[in-house]
Amino acid sequence: MGAHHHGPAKGITRWLFTTNHKDIGTMYLWFSFAMFILGGAFAMVIRAELFQPGMQLVEPGFFNQMTTLHGLVMVFGAIMPSFVGLANWLIPMMIGAPDMALPRMNNWSFWILPPGFLMLASTLFMEGGAPAFGWTFYAPLSTTYAPPSVTFFIFAIHVLGMSSIMGSINIIATVMNMRAPGMSYMKLPLFVWTWLITAFLLVAVMPVLAGAVTMMLMDIHFGTSFFSAAGGGDPVLFQHIFWFFGHPEVYIIILPAFGVVSQIIPAFSRKPLFGYASMVYATASIAFLSFIVWAHHMYTVGMPVAGELYFMYATMLIAVPTGVKVFNWISTMWRGALSFETPMLFAIGFLVLFTIGGFTGLMLSIAPADFQYHDTYFVVAHFHYVMVAGAVFSMTAAVYFWLPKWTGRMYNETMGKVHFWVSFVGFNITFFPQHFVGLAGMPRRVPDYALQFADFNMMSSIGAFVYGASQILFLYNVVATIVAGAKVSDEKVWDGAEGLEWTVPTPAPYHTFEVPPKVDAAPAYI
Amino acid sequence: MFRLSRNPGADTALKLSLVACAMFAFVFVVMVPLYNVMCDVLGINGKTSGTAYTAVPAAVDTSREITVQFIATNNDGMSWVFHPEVREVRVHPGEAVDVLFHAGNPTSAAMVAQAIPSVTPSRAAGYFHKTECFCFDQQPLEGMASVEMPLQFVVDQGLPQDIQTITLSYTLFDVTETMSDKIAAR
Repeated sequence: MGAHHHGPAKGITRWLFTTNHKDIGTMYLWFSFAMFILGGAFAMVIRAELFQPGMQLVEPGFFNQMTTLHGLVMVFGAIMPSFVGLANWLIPMMIGAPDMALPRMNNWSFWILPPGFLMLASTLFMEGGAPAFGWTFYAPLSTTYAPPSVTFFIFAIHVLGMSSIMGSINIIATVMNMRAPGMSYMKLPLFVWTWLITAFLLVAVMPVLAGAVTMMLMDIHFGTSFFSAAGGGDPVLFQHIFWFFGHPEVYIIILPAFGVVSQIIPAFSRKPLFGYASMVYATASIAFLSFIVWAHHMYTVGMPVAGELYFMYATMLIAVPTGVKVFNWISTMWRGALSFETPMLFAIGFLVLFTIGGFTGLMLSIAPADFQYHDTYFVVAHFHYVMVAGAVFSMTAAVYFWLPKWTGRMYNETMGKVHFWVSFVGFNITFFPQHFVGLAGMPRRVPDYALQFADFNMMSSIGAFVYGASQILFLYNVVATIVAGAKVSDEKVWDGAEGLEWTVPTPAPYHTFEVPPKVDAAPAYI
Repeated sequence: MFRLSRNPGADTALKLSLVACAMFAFVFVVMVPLYNVMCDVLGINGKTSGTAYTAVPAAVDTSREITVQFIATNNDGMSWVFHPEVREVRVHPGEAVDVLFHAGNPTSAAMVAQAIPSVTPSRAAGYFHKTECFCFDQQPLEGMASVEMPLQFVVDQGLPQDIQTITLSYTLFDVTETMSDKIAAR
């Protein structure tokens, strides 16, 4: 093995057996994009049915399968793996490591994902149909009243949970052990910091989700009664366990997005990030708070008033560290030499829309008001502002930002800008009206609705088709870049970008940092 | 520092795997029992005690009269006839009151039922004591048979002053299958 600079193996085995963090990162990114398209197709079915009141296209049962699978595929198949892919590509390059700490486990954690999702998607073709109980799979809908395919759903959750746990263990082991000499914790780029904290959240709560689905499995097949009142159990217990996982889960989705934006905004402001240390502490505080606020998803479940008040105040507290972050991003742009390339546009889009989603979250945190908002389209609008305009916009920004570094080719800037504006407008047309229909009382997860909601729903559907179509433009732009984009060879593709990943050649060679780099006493990005 | 492997990366990974396993176990051995204890202690969900209450001799508070309403519901798929003999009674706190619930099995097969109680408002759950209840045990019934099931309760003298009405709801579950499984397993 004298040839240290050997390239990748040829053919399909390169991808099957690879232990290279860049190959695995690429596979994660393409897989998550495929899932994004699949989950998007489910969303198009939902919006097509809701285009007009009345039942037009699909049966109500199938509609419920669509809402369920849309949520599951987007959360577990699109958003989470896309950020793991980004982590694989970037964390070793950002901390000056040659690869991830456990490369073989890395291969395994990716390759169990496609079978897991194949199993989940195959439920669509089973007798009784796919799971139709919503992505939150509340018992007893998901136990007593579930279709037989629920067992496949449970096993799919086990598989992708294992994948996430292995992926996050790998990230923690890498960041803790593989940093280049001189790369102390408080010099880590913020993307690495947010992922380190996210990985700890994943290790702590994915097993809780696995526990919840295991209890479902036992209730369905082995005669236990964890969630069945007849046997002394309690369906409300399911909700507590689910949201004990589910609330940290939403920060698992958004914290890496915070990290991405904290890399991009300084680059296009040509200034170091404002308040680096406060960003780190804010991220850690958000992660801690995420464990003690879960029942704000369950205000209407019949908690004692003291419980409602506690969860209300604890939830509102999260606005403080989040506010610190938004303040810091804006302060980074203040008096910066701004330029508005596509990654920056998506990052600013993130900043504006995520803040709107944060404010509606604050409205939802108010327990007495939540009784009106609960399970309405207002909630749907809220979490799409933070999930889509938060996580997906920042992921898109990340792809445009690092794609030239990965491929050595520049994407088409005009097409990128068109993609941004079409997405931005399409997104807002889709989800802004949902606030109004929600406040007016339209419940979520319904295939039909009262006539007074017709106009806003039609707007929403048109926006969704526009937003969906804009993703095809994105796919075209990325493929065209890889195949025939204009070549770039500057190490620093963006003049304002700082960090170790911009010191390696462009395109990034198959192996980087086999000799650890020298880390400055004060890196330019702090 | 305690190490599980000489390779530092593998050491971190093994320790984190232990954390993941511990969190999985946490759901079963901590969250479930803790939830049940919290519900019992705080009376959340209107859960009343599952065991008989031993009445303490105390004066009947005749200055107050509380309305106790009874609701009987069949759980989904349960075919029994199930209703209280009286819809509501007016009681003084501290006095022991007897009421009857009627249950009939209209099918031709022997069945076993379990009634699950719930008290509204849930704050009253801790002050509603059952000294004798059919809900403490399963109720077997032969086909076409019926039974009058007894309930004796005491409303605690400490019931908050603002509570005038207590609603006791029973949901009847069909546990024939689970019971026969358990009997078969013996």
